[in-house]
Amino acid sequence: MLNFAIEIGFVLIGIAVLLNLWRLLRGPDITDRILALDTLNINAIALLVLFGIRAASSAYFEAALILAAMGFVATVALCKFLLRGDIIE
Amino acid sequence: MEPVHLLIAIIIVAFAASPLPLLLQRCGRGYAALAAALVMAACLTVLAPLVAPVMGGTTLLASFAWLPDWGLALSFRLDGLSLMFSLLILGIGLLVTLYAYYYLPKHDTLGRFYTLLLLFMAAMLGVVLSENLLLLVVFWEITSLSSFLLISYKRESHESRLAARIAFAVTGGGGLALFAGVLLLGHIAGSFELTQVLAAGEHIRNHDLYAPMLILVLLGAFTKSAQFPFHFWLPQAMAAPTPVSAYLHSATMVKAGVFLLARLHPALAGSELWFWVVSGTGAITLVYAAYIAFYRYDFKGLLAYSTISHLGLITLLFGLDTRLSAVAGVFHIINHAIFKASLFMAAGIVDHECGTRDMRRVNGLFKFMPVTATLAIVAAGSMAGVPLLNGFLSKEMFFAETVGHPVFDEMRWLLPAFATLAGILAVGYSARFIHDVFFNGEPIDLPRQPHEPPRWMRAPVEVLVVLCLLVGIFPQWSIAPILHVAASAVLQQELPAFHLAVWHGFNAPFLMSLVALGGGITLYALRHPLYAFYERLPSVHASIVFERFHNGLAGFSAALVNRLDNASLQRYLALFFTFVLALGGWAWFSAPASPLPVVTQPADAASIVALLMLALAAAGVVVLHRQRLAAIVFASVIGLIVALTFVRFSAPDLALTQLAVEVVSIVLLLLALHYLPPASPAEDSMQRIMRDAALASAAGVGLGAAAYAMLTSPFETISNFYLAQSVPGGGGSNAVNVILVDFRGFDTLGEITVLAMVGLAAHALLDKLILQAPTHDADGRLWARERHPLFLQMLMRPLLPLALMVSVFIFLRGHNLPGGGFVAGLVTGVALILQYLASGIGFAAARLPQRLPLFLAAGLAAAAGIGALSWLFGFPFLTTAHGHITLPLIGEIELASALVFDLGVYLVVVSVVLMVLAELGKLSLYHEEKT
Repeated sequence: MLNFAIEIGFVLIGIAVLLNLWRLLRGPDITDRILALDTLNINAIALLVLFGIRAASSAYFEAALILAAMGFVATVALCKFLLRGDIIE
Repeated sequence: MEPVHLLIAIIIVAFAASPLPLLLQRCGRGYAALAAALVMAACLTVLAPLVAPVMGGTTLLASFAWLPDWGLALSFRLDGLSLMFSLLILGIGLLVTLYAYYYLPKHDTLGRFYTLLLLFMAAMLGVVLSENLLLLVVFWEITSLSSFLLISYKRESHESRLAARIAFAVTGGGGLALFAGVLLLGHIAGSFELTQVLAAGEHIRNHDLYAPMLILVLLGAFTKSAQFPFHFWLPQAMAAPTPVSAYLHSATMVKAGVFLLARLHPALAGSELWFWVVSGTGAITLVYAAYIAFYRYDFKGLLAYSTISHLGLITLLFGLDTRLSAVAGVFHIINHAIFKASLFMAAGIVDHECGTRDMRRVNGLFKFMPVTATLAIVAAGSMAGVPLLNGFLSKEMFFAETVGHPVFDEMRWLLPAFATLAGILAVGYSARFIHDVFFNGEPIDLPRQPHEPPRWMRAPVEVLVVLCLLVGIFPQWSIAPILHVAASAVLQQELPAFHLAVWHGFNAPFLMSLVALGGGITLYALRHPLYAFYERLPSVHASIVFERFHNGLAGFSAALVNRLDNASLQRYLALFFTFVLALGGWAWFSAPASPLPVVTQPADAASIVALLMLALAAAGVVVLHRQRLAAIVFASVIGLIVALTFVRFSAPDLALTQLAVEVVSIVLLLLALHYLPPASPAEDSMQRIMRDAALASAAGVGLGAAAYAMLTSPFETISNFYLAQSVPGGGGSNAVNVILVDFRGFDTLGEITVLAMVGLAAHALLDKLILQAPTHDADGRLWARERHPLFLQMLMRPLLPLALMVSVFIFLRGHNLPGGGFVAGLVTGVALILQYLASGIGFAAARLPQRLPLFLAAGLAAAAGIGALSWLFGFPFLTTAHGHITLPLIGEIELASALVFDLGVYLVVVSVVLMVLAELGKLSLYHEEKT
């Protein structure tokens, strides 16, 4: 049962990822792309957690944790750039 | 202490103590001089107990292995020749130290001068004390370098810098030739140790490579000793301060060349080639330089050419290759050092007191400075070869050797006639020096009123002139013992019988001396028509010729570089990829067909989607590359997918690193982007775009093909070894980390060193740099007013301890599970950068240590130190140890010495990330403070 749910999860997140990619490529504005990247990060976290459940390994969860932190930093930096140009001031 | 240890101690003391004057100069210039004098005195003291055994005929050898596989050893030798040279170097060095204190201007704090002088002296001692020929070449190079710095001591003067460059080009070039020659010599003799080389003379002379080897070695000796046609650097080098000239051109630098002739005499001399090349060069230099010296009106220039001439005389003596001629050569080395040092110093006094060196204006100084004049006249008499002075004795020996030399059987008059001609010229220029400077009417329009120098400035000259007289009048008990051991060391066999005496009876050499004296004075009496004749000759200035040659060469290189390198990154990449494609294509098509391909896994849907995304994102970067921000967003998608791929194929270590590197790169790019135009300029032509597109596609296809070929062909890697050895060998179950910090720890040490260097370079380049930041964004909107949004600040602060905890966790378990110092360092770095981002430099810098380079150094020291620690236990560098301890609450912990190494990696990574990013962020801070 769990395996079945995981498979469905993979498919759904995969679709979300493709939609993210569409927004990323389409734009039209740079804010759209940044938002798409951030959502892509979140979907990647979800993918990693699913992988971790399927493989029953906590290493994937840690990767998800790191990705959550790092992806957030990247988004913050990009937004700060849009706001002020200078991200460290 | 053992004598051999004392021998090494001399060199160590001389080199290690050479920075002392520089350190002491802030206490006053006197302290710098005192330090230099004490160092030389200390070397003499260390040498003192060794004098007795060497005078007794023993050769002291001391040897330590350095690079034994290459024949390079730290081996030193003290025999008669080395002892004689060491005494000259140290003795005259002491006198020069005293003299320079008075000679150099009062505002000069002297630290740099004495340090360079000591460095040079140490290198000279190294040359004369080396037993290993390669070591000798090393010291030889140091003499070239340090003499370059000494000659250019007056660095604000163009003349000095040019002179130093010429001297370095000639002697440094000769040093390269010598290096090649010594390599050949060592190859022929089978050893670089002098003891073996000197004993293998017969074998060396009969070897096929003897001629090229000899020419190369002689090139080294002749350039250093300013032999024709390499003599031109020496007169130029007179631009140096006079104490430097007195030291370099009497006892040391130029004597290194003739020292080499003496040192290698048993190994190289005794062939026709040696005789013709060495004595021919010596004879030409002897007469040519004496002839030029006679016409110099700058008295320092006169002394310079006379030095060249006397070096020619010594070279000729070694070339004549009768055993007694070598003795005479050694004798003349001593005598020339003594009288020429005193003459240079006397000339320096005259220059110092008169402000000019032009003998057409400096006249009649005898009545202004009678004592200095008397000293200079005695020394010049010795240079001319006047009886009762030391120069006379060695010149008589020289004359005696030219009479009846066995090679010139048919033309036995030729060599003596040549020698007498040189004698006449020597008397001529000595007479000119004495008469023009000290007599010959009244001084004409001198910049200063001449008078006697300070008491102690004259003292070194007095000491040397007394030595001239002592040796000249009582040779048998003053100089004979040291000459005897030195000459025995040169010949490496029983000395021929010779007797040093002022009066040998009325014989051919004495007659030649008389002719030289009479002829020289006649020559000087006839000087006016001769000068007029010389003035009409076309003059060639070595410095102009050299400068022209040098400029031509530099211009040619610059033009060549300009043609090859137009500073276009596109062109570099195009050339690079073309080359790689050609090479790769050649390898691909010439390689044999691959054996059975490995069975590949079927692709699943997720992988296909991921690869599709990767391709699309990469295409996005290419299409949108002119909009830089958008390109960065696409690039980070690529990074994300690559990280996910690593996870999918079970490489969590790589995924962690990739994610952390990714975000650091984004921050770095964004920081740089702030100062760049938001869009990059358009490419110029369609043709260029097509060319680049074709190259890029070909390179991509090639790389894909290569990856496919690699993945599908079966091959054995050493991965399995690492995986198997990880726990028993490195004490950690995370093979990646064990490889990094243990198996290949030395690689990692090199890598973090490079990283540290990059960090320091960025720090040095960016520190205090001010850049103009744009006031609005790409679309012309002004920036937001709020610099540090409050909610962002509040959100980020609690994140820091969490992130730090994660990084400590990753660090500690790195040895066994995914993680390690590198990733942990990146996570810490990112967490700290986040605080900069959210709350600003003012907030973060106040809470972080300011001196990041110290942390960098601490990290490198920890990594290298723990590696070096294993030496203490007798293991090779970077051997690791590990064990387990149990802590309350936390449980069992693996403790490996590799953990300290990893801590070093961690510190370096954190410091570099912070240094580069924070430094980049500060660029506009300065700007804002200014406005």
